[in-house]
Amino acid sequence: MKLDVSELIALLKGDSQADKVVPPSGYTATLTLFTSAAMAFLAVFALALSLATGRLADRWASELARSSTVRISAPAGQMDAQTRAALEVLRTTTGVASAKALSQEEQRKLLEPWFGPDLPIENLPVPQLIEVIEDSSGYDSDGLRLRLSAEAPGAVLDDHTRWRKPLIKAADRLRFLGLLSILLIALATGAMITLAANAALSANAQVISVLRLVGAHDAYIARAFVRRFTLRALSGALIGVVAGMVAVAFLPSASEAGGFLTGLGFQGWHWVLPFVIPPLAALVAFWATRTAALRRLKELT
Amino acid sequence: MDWRRSIFLIVVPIETFSILMHNCLQFVKKGQYVIELQNVAYNYGGGALLSDISLKLAPGSFHFLTGPSGAGKSTFLKLCYMELAATSGRVQVFGKDVAAMGRDEIARNRQRIGVVHQDCRFLDHLSIAANVALPIRVSGRDASAEEANLKDLLSWVGLEDRADALPAELSGGERQRAALARAVIMSPDVVLADEPTGNVDWEMSKRLISLLVELNKMGKTIMIATHDLNLIRTAKSQVNARVLRISNRQLQLAGADL
Repeated sequence: MKLDVSELIALLKGDSQADKVVPPSGYTATLTLFTSAAMAFLAVFALALSLATGRLADRWASELARSSTVRISAPAGQMDAQTRAALEVLRTTTGVASAKALSQEEQRKLLEPWFGPDLPIENLPVPQLIEVIEDSSGYDSDGLRLRLSAEAPGAVLDDHTRWRKPLIKAADRLRFLGLLSILLIALATGAMITLAANAALSANAQVISVLRLVGAHDAYIARAFVRRFTLRALSGALIGVVAGMVAVAFLPSASEAGGFLTGLGFQGWHWVLPFVIPPLAALVAFWATRTAALRRLKELT
Repeated sequence: MDWRRSIFLIVVPIETFSILMHNCLQFVKKGQYVIELQNVAYNYGGGALLSDISLKLAPGSFHFLTGPSGAGKSTFLKLCYMELAATSGRVQVFGKDVAAMGRDEIARNRQRIGVVHQDCRFLDHLSIAANVALPIRVSGRDASAEEANLKDLLSWVGLEDRADALPAELSGGERQRAALARAVIMSPDVVLADEPTGNVDWEMSKRLISLLVELNKMGKTIMIATHDLNLIRTAKSQVNARVLRISNRQLQLAGADL
């Protein structure tokens, strides 16, 4: 790998002489450029997706984790007493920052999306909800459950793990898929460049054998090809990344209710991340072309 | 007799002698032979093309290689410039076994061997000057520093006016001369030429041969594959050339009479 790095540096410094030794290649160069740009464009979106799902998972995790609910289902006569008992238990529980019984009005609001306004909530056996906010240290949910069942038998603690776990799992999976997509894009770019390089090597078989006969080292011959493909991949990826970032920047900003979509795109310093793609594409092209060229040269004497 | 003169008479011969001895020792140290083949055989897929060939090319020697077409002249030369590997036997170039050489070592040694191919083998998109300078380029030396050298060489082969032409624009004779110029630009120790006069008229053939003879007089080892006996006769009047003949897969030293 050390050799590769020094060669990469020599490559970037350039040797226009070595470049001219291989004839210019016309439209295949444009194709390489285009494919590299398209791949980089896709990579920008995959990156945006991974970052967004990452943020989403974090948000869900923190927001849902910091609040939980106690639901009290009790006969109408006991409702108030049990609520008071539960609030008392919560007040004396370490790790609970605040606990507040929702008012009738608030409960109606929560149900409104499902049952519409004007719900006669007073006449329904709707359980009483208590919103519990944790402090940063958190509370022992098993201990709390035990105490609640002793003081208020109708109280059920819901710390949202039931919701949280699959949501976070889904977000994590999405992030993994995004990263996998980036990896696949890198591999596909490598495969595409290998194909293009092999085509170029075949088209220039005559040139290669002449160079070999006049005493050119393998590294010299390979460099003429490697430099081309590396530069094409680099410039193509730059175009693709810029186009992709413009597209992400102009994504319609969804409203609060959009939830998932709001987060899609880059935030803060994450805008710098896509610029990692072009050098990465160049590295992939360098490696792919070099491997293809050296393998092809080994077949010659 | 003036004493100073007598000292001069004694010292100078001694010095000359020691220089000669030094050269001889170096010559021995270098491994004596430029190219050496020991019981070399080469088989194509179909069967043996060359078998049991042994030859030692001494520095400064001039050889012709002749034989019917298809006898294996080109193959023999390819064994010498390491494009083909012998099926059996041992090929040594500059004292090193070719079978033991790495790819980069072969490349380095090729820079010391100038080859004139039958079909010239140019890069068609580069000018004649760039083609002739190609060995310098690929060896990593600065081609612009050798500009004067390149100019001299092109005028030596009579192509100074065609330096910017593409290979396709040249006549057969011009191409062959350009190929010769490319073969010698690195000032190689050996020049191997495969039918260098294949596509050119008699006048041009004589000119090419005299260029090769000139190179030989500068100390280069020369081997020319040709089936043109007139050419060999012409050369023999100018240089002490030996004639090798390939027939029935064997290499023989041909008689003085042709």
